[in-house]
Amino acid sequence: MLNPEPTPKTPRQSWMAVLARADAAAIADQLPPNDLLPGWRLLRGPEAGLIMLRGRTGGAGAPFNLAEMTVTRCTLRLATGQVGHATIAGQDPRHAELAALADALLQDPARHAALHAALIAPLAAGQDAAREAIAARAAATRVQFFALQTMRT
Amino acid sequence: MAYVAVKGGERAIEAAHAWRAEARRGDPALPALDPAQIEGQLGRAVDRAMAEGSLYDRKLAALAIAQAEGDLIEAAFLLRAYRTTLPRFGASLPLDTERMAIRRRISAIFKDLPGGQVLGPTTDYTHRLLDFGLRDGQAPPAAPVADPDRAPMPRVADILAAEDLIRPDPPAAAEPADITRAAPGFPPPRDARLQSLARGDEGFLLGLGYSTQRGYGGSHPFAGEIRMGAVSVEIVPEELGFAIDIGEIVLTECQMVNQFAGTKTEPARFTTGYGLAFGHADRRAMAMALVDRALQARELGEDATAPAQDAEFVLGHADNIEATGFVEHLKLPHYVDFQSEIEAVRRLRAMAATALAEAAE
Amino acid sequence: MSVAPATVVPPDRPGFADPVADAQATFRAVLDALARPGRIHPAGVGLDAPAPLAPATAALLLTLVDPDTPIWLAPALAAARDWIVFHCGAPLVADPGAAAFVVTTELPPLDRLAAGSDEAPEAGASVILQLAALGTGPRMRLTGPGLAAPSLFAATGLGAGFVAAWWANRALFPRGIDLLLCAGTELAALPRSVSVEAL
Repeated sequence: MLNPEPTPKTPRQSWMAVLARADAAAIADQLPPNDLLPGWRLLRGPEAGLIMLRGRTGGAGAPFNLAEMTVTRCTLRLATGQVGHATIAGQDPRHAELAALADALLQDPARHAALHAALIAPLAAGQDAAREAIAARAAATRVQFFALQTMRT
Repeated sequence: MAYVAVKGGERAIEAAHAWRAEARRGDPALPALDPAQIEGQLGRAVDRAMAEGSLYDRKLAALAIAQAEGDLIEAAFLLRAYRTTLPRFGASLPLDTERMAIRRRISAIFKDLPGGQVLGPTTDYTHRLLDFGLRDGQAPPAAPVADPDRAPMPRVADILAAEDLIRPDPPAAAEPADITRAAPGFPPPRDARLQSLARGDEGFLLGLGYSTQRGYGGSHPFAGEIRMGAVSVEIVPEELGFAIDIGEIVLTECQMVNQFAGTKTEPARFTTGYGLAFGHADRRAMAMALVDRALQARELGEDATAPAQDAEFVLGHADNIEATGFVEHLKLPHYVDFQSEIEAVRRLRAMAATALAEAAE
Repeated sequence: MSVAPATVVPPDRPGFADPVADAQATFRAVLDALARPGRIHPAGVGLDAPAPLAPATAALLLTLVDPDTPIWLAPALAAARDWIVFHCGAPLVADPGAAAFVVTTELPPLDRLAAGSDEAPEAGASVILQLAALGTGPRMRLTGPGLAAPSLFAATGLGAGFVAAWWANRALFPRGIDLLLCAGTELAALPRSVSVEAL
């Protein structure tokens, strides 16, 4: 009842997905204090906008436009050169900026391991646990119907 | 018929708005409603406002519902108006419902389908008795849990398609139609129809879907599969060039399966109707799927005689924001129009009275 | 409407300092420029535009161009490509005839651009033409909607064939091309409804 075949993600795609699902406070809590960070310059945003969600006809067929969703995006560049990006569902400019900042910091080989362990690993574990909790509730409603004699003659 | 511009009335309008705000707040002795409560506890209302507002954002939808005093068409209207203020950054990759984190998955056509059936948080088997315990704020018992099964849950339509039992879709246009950017021509392509139905009024879709079951363009539908759960949204930002996952949305998907007798050139197979709705919305997804199937009549060479098979009728009237705008505009001043009508009626009556008097002489 | 956007390297130069207020001010300037053909308005003042874009040109792009508006970018302005795609999200097209905005430093053949249809004249393309100067150069007399009396206009770099090309464009009305002229931090417009005579 979990995604049967998650597409293999690159490490960066994986941490970006975790950051997108976190909230601003959870990211801020685990980032080093500002005076220990390189400076950064906002290149674009954080800005609110929309994404047109696409479905597929019949689930697997031709794409169609379903409806829009709100997103917030941010791109910034660290003084050390890394460019971080975040696009997150919903409207929270602070979340988008912190996610972009974390994305940039995680691209710095000197910082990656410590930040991944302090920030991404616990967030990912929490998100996995939340997914598991839903899957466990779903599993409890798994049903085996027994067909009786057909009612129609 | 047209309405006319009028001036004045500002003070009365301000007073009306103030009274409305006061009425919305209700009894000040009770705590004010927090939109977060609506988001958390009136989830189906949020789903519907998002679908008809054509905008996925649970927080904004909850705020719109609070502002609209629970009037869901008004809430959808507020969301539609708000979305026009935001730039569109692009389109998502097509949502992959095969990879949905399943909360509910049922099939009315296969008892033992691969991956099994999961009821999810449903009201289907309740007795529709009012639960007076809710008045006392009783906490519900914790939902039971069981070991999650990791068996894949292929879509039922794909299982049938693997046996060549489903009529394949015709090849698609490179870029899907977008009814928010260009009005679809008639007859509209299926992608434009699905987009219209996805934002259509649930009551209208339900009535039309029901009509197909009652013989108005019927094609004997089966609920092949209904699945509900979270799906990841992916986009490809231009500065990255690869897909990123920006979060999850909850969707309900319905595949209706209908018999298709075949033609001289095509074997007998099944056809499908497709429904996809925000949130947990079986009724909306099922009604959408029924109407989607009915609207395929022309493509399948069926007689299109019923209202649900008439794309111009269905798509022209499904949008409740358009509908409420046109119906409710009748409240606006039509003084000039009506004055001319009343004069016409008086004239006709005067002529008739004269004719009668002359005939009597 | 969208062609897959090209990939870009995020440029260091930002867009508007205050995206909402600056875009609104520029939009107002465009409206006024179109409503009063030939009148010169400030645009892009204070904007750190990427070379070779003039501030007015950059401000117009930030204001008018988005993922729904395919643009054709003249090779002379190609150095600003990443900035435009990054900040505007606009899909770039190879055929000027498929563009909603044609961004260039030389008057393109107007008859090769999308002129819209009688049912949808709004589908006509807009040309954002960056010139050396507005207010100086060959002089023209403008007449038409928005001008109570004929008005004088001058611009440097429109080219010798401009007046003839414009008459052909004017004859298509309500179809046709609208011309947005930029130089430095100045903007003027020649909507398709205006008539131009060389002096």
